[in-house]
Amino acid sequence: MTQKDDGIKLTDDQQKKRRSRSVAIALSLLAMVVLFYVVTIVKMGPEILNRPL
Amino acid sequence: MSLADRQDTMIASSNAWEGGMGSAGDYIALLKPRVMSLVIFTAFVGMMLAPGSVHPVIAAVAVLCIAVGAGASGALNMWYDADIDRIMSRTAKRPIPAGKVTPDEALAFGITLSIGSVLTLGLLVNWFAGAFLAFTIFFYAVVYTMWLKRSTPQNIVIGGAAGAFPPMIGWTAVTGDVSLESFVLFLIIFMWTPPHFWALALFKKGDYETAGVPMMPVTAGETVTRHNILAYAVLLAPIGVAPYFLGYASVIYGVMAAGLGLAFVWLSYDVWRKREGDAAHAASVRLFKFSLYYLFLLFAGLLTESLIKGFVA
Repeated sequence: MTQKDDGIKLTDDQQKKRRSRSVAIALSLLAMVVLFYVVTIVKMGPEILNRPL
Repeated sequence: MSLADRQDTMIASSNAWEGGMGSAGDYIALLKPRVMSLVIFTAFVGMMLAPGSVHPVIAAVAVLCIAVGAGASGALNMWYDADIDRIMSRTAKRPIPAGKVTPDEALAFGITLSIGSVLTLGLLVNWFAGAFLAFTIFFYAVVYTMWLKRSTPQNIVIGGAAGAFPPMIGWTAVTGDVSLESFVLFLIIFMWTPPHFWALALFKKGDYETAGVPMMPVTAGETVTRHNILAYAVLLAPIGVAPYFLGYASVIYGVMAAGLGLAFVWLSYDVWRKREGDAAHAASVRLFKFSLYYLFLLFAGLLTESLIKGFVA
């Protein structure tokens, strides 16, 4: 009889490090979103306010 | 081996998977933060010296992309060089030889950041700067790391170009093209790199020898290396003063650059004449340390003048 495949089991240390990587990736993605948003506003310039109401 | 046995083996090996041991800090270490800080600094100086102006946000994006691109090439370098990093005392604690990050993880990280930094620089700043950054990463990771580093004692001379491009990329981010002035900034770092690394190689010769890296002291001997260090120092000194002669730095910079250049030549001469024992070792260490200050002070001088001009104008 074959053993049941439980997949890869992470140790506590690996889980802790994965969490730190996940937080870093989340922060990087957030920074990218903010960056592209701010640059879009900068590239549009004051014209963004000059529109018919 | 039956199918069931093979499955057991696969499960056992998958449970023993060694990846995922790196923390965020280990990945930051893959970016070679100290090299990155020099790249950020020189790229920023290139941007500040460039004629014309660019919105501060765009400038910050450009510096960020250049820094991340430099970090990405550092990660690719560590991926490829993991075998020799393991042997050399200076590099044995890097994340891959230390077993914290697997080579595959470092490769994926390096490629992702390379593509991300080039596309972001191209999309948000300009495509010429983006293409220049892509070329620089290729030059460092492929031309230098994979090809030249292990095949020729001139590795550091040609490979040094990769470290010399950042101020040109910074300049390009503002102007969209290259010019003689930006080329001089490139030339300063390009001519500075060989004596800087050969001074290091003189007192770390054993490391390079063990790792089989053909640095000049290993292949051509210490005497030839000393001749070369002195020759490069003599060529570097006037190039350091060139921004003054080309008219984009003041006489104060010119005097400072000339003084620092003379000191560089003097310390190189000291390395050249002291060839044995502790005195020779101390002379190479002294030149190596001074070379760091030399480059920093030249670029800091150019930056200070450009900031003063900005305030006065």
